[in-house]
Amino acid sequence: MTVITPKKRVGGLQEWLRRNAVGYAFLAPFLILFSIFVIVPVAVAMYYSLTNYNMIQSPDFVGLNNYAQLILDDDVFLTSLSNTLVLAVVTGPLGYFASFLMAWIITLVKKGRGFFSLAFYAPSLTSGVAMSTIWLILFSGDRYGYINNFLLRIGVIVEPILWTKDADYVLPVIMIISVWMSMGNGFLSFLAGFQNIDPSMYEAGRVDGIKNKWQELRFITIPLMKPQMLFGAINSIVGAFAVFDVATAVAGMPSPNYSAHTIVAHLYDYAFTRFNMGYASAVAMVLFLITFVLGRVCMRLFRDET
Amino acid sequence: MTALKLGRKQKHPLPSLKIGKNRYRLHRPSFSQIMLYLFLAVMVIFCGLPLFAMVCRALMPLDELYLYPPRLIVQKPTLRNFSDLLTSLSSSTVPFTRYIFNSLFTTVVTVVASIMVCCLGAYGLVKHKPAGANAIFAIVVAALSFSTHVTTIPNYLVVNELGLVNSYLALIIPKIAVAYNFFLVKQFCEQLPDSILEAARIDGAKELYIFWKIAMPLLKPAWTTLAVFSFVNNWNDYFSPLVYIQSDALKTLPLALQTLQGGAGVVARSGTVGAATFLTTLPSIIVFAIMRGKVMETMSYSGIKS
Repeated sequence: MTVITPKKRVGGLQEWLRRNAVGYAFLAPFLILFSIFVIVPVAVAMYYSLTNYNMIQSPDFVGLNNYAQLILDDDVFLTSLSNTLVLAVVTGPLGYFASFLMAWIITLVKKGRGFFSLAFYAPSLTSGVAMSTIWLILFSGDRYGYINNFLLRIGVIVEPILWTKDADYVLPVIMIISVWMSMGNGFLSFLAGFQNIDPSMYEAGRVDGIKNKWQELRFITIPLMKPQMLFGAINSIVGAFAVFDVATAVAGMPSPNYSAHTIVAHLYDYAFTRFNMGYASAVAMVLFLITFVLGRVCMRLFRDET
Repeated sequence: MTALKLGRKQKHPLPSLKIGKNRYRLHRPSFSQIMLYLFLAVMVIFCGLPLFAMVCRALMPLDELYLYPPRLIVQKPTLRNFSDLLTSLSSSTVPFTRYIFNSLFTTVVTVVASIMVCCLGAYGLVKHKPAGANAIFAIVVAALSFSTHVTTIPNYLVVNELGLVNSYLALIIPKIAVAYNFFLVKQFCEQLPDSILEAARIDGAKELYIFWKIAMPLLKPAWTTLAVFSFVNNWNDYFSPLVYIQSDALKTLPLALQTLQGGAGVVARSGTVGAATFLTTLPSIIVFAIMRGKVMETMSYSGIKS
């Protein structure tokens, strides 16, 4: 005993190195890049958000000024915030539940699972900017637009609607496109989750008095799918609050009356057209806080008790 | 012989009586199955219609593109739009094939680098468990809950400092160490049997050799999945080139398409835009369709336990 203890203490550092060196060597490339481009930037952005910084002069500390200005003086930011919230609140949950429902239904049908999952997931694989050329033709404001033409023909409207130019219609159009594109969020994770549930669990459930598919979903499937549902939820939140591509591509930048201005658009505008990095960092921090806090809430919500 | 055959014949229907009844039900689809298929059909139309319109517009000859009333289904399909797009230099001095190359090159390099870095890291984390492994993983999970937009400004400053603005590397380096990719591989790594790695170690294999020759083949579903997601994300990425690329010759497809279209929010009915949209959209869908099996295998491990 007395011989072993001092030996351990002497070899402490060397022993520690020997035990950890290989692991750290494997992790090094990832950790270096991850620190430089993901972790440290969050702290740096936090710092810049408290400064005035235009990339020419060194940052000038101004405390919470940028945030005060954002909330009190910047109507365009408030518009972008409300647009983003409206879009996120509608498209996030809608996309999430649609993909959960679709994954469930696809596991219930007997044939064509591969086809249906590919068809349903395909929109998520498209580029929002590329597809916007098609959406603009579908939603074009003249009689040549497919949707206007269809609505005129069945007599729902008498005048063509300026879908992407009229501030009242821009946001709903973007919502439809976002839902179309975001229905796949978490879909694959859910599908895999459903397919991996041990059928004997359902057998056991039936013995315990579960009568129909709804009860099966409520009492067996959902509790077992919590980790996948959390993964899907976090991805949905991040995606829903980061709307930018589709909104700009469809409505232009700046959009009519800022009707499609989003937080990311505001961030881009201040950072890369005005080079007001301090102020833009404050916008980035607002985005960070919203998604991060919601992510934490989800982790609470889907906590796995087992 | 006959007795044996008879016995078998008799034996066969008996235990399968119940299964037989179910099978009978399968052949005559039940009401609920019909409803499920009906619902799926509606969803396929909703998901597929814009894609169908995209394919049709890419194949439409000139007179059909500008027809009134607008036509959804192409009558006389032609490849003229593609040849026009790939050969003419009308809209800019950069040939379209250059944009295809830009997208392909930056995407493929990013995907390969990300696979290497994330697999090395995740393997090191799981199989060598260096001190602080849990903390590192907790940070990666936390990083899942904010979008890359948050770190854009500090990333831009780093890229700018390295003198990489307006270069391919600006589109590659910041997107190698991605939390999502690391997370997927790490979850998959957990179920690799230690015994195989241990056996190789006893045989005197070097750690890198074990990783490359033993772990990587076993991790194939994980990194093919990562390849698919990383490909789709980078191929469709619009924000990074928008921030980092100024010169026309370095633009990737989404940005180039927008230029071809005449700017964000502009309705462009020309056949070349249709063909460009098609070429921008198709690769992601093909990549996913080919790798679907592997992707599903990996997504089974995608849950987050909180």
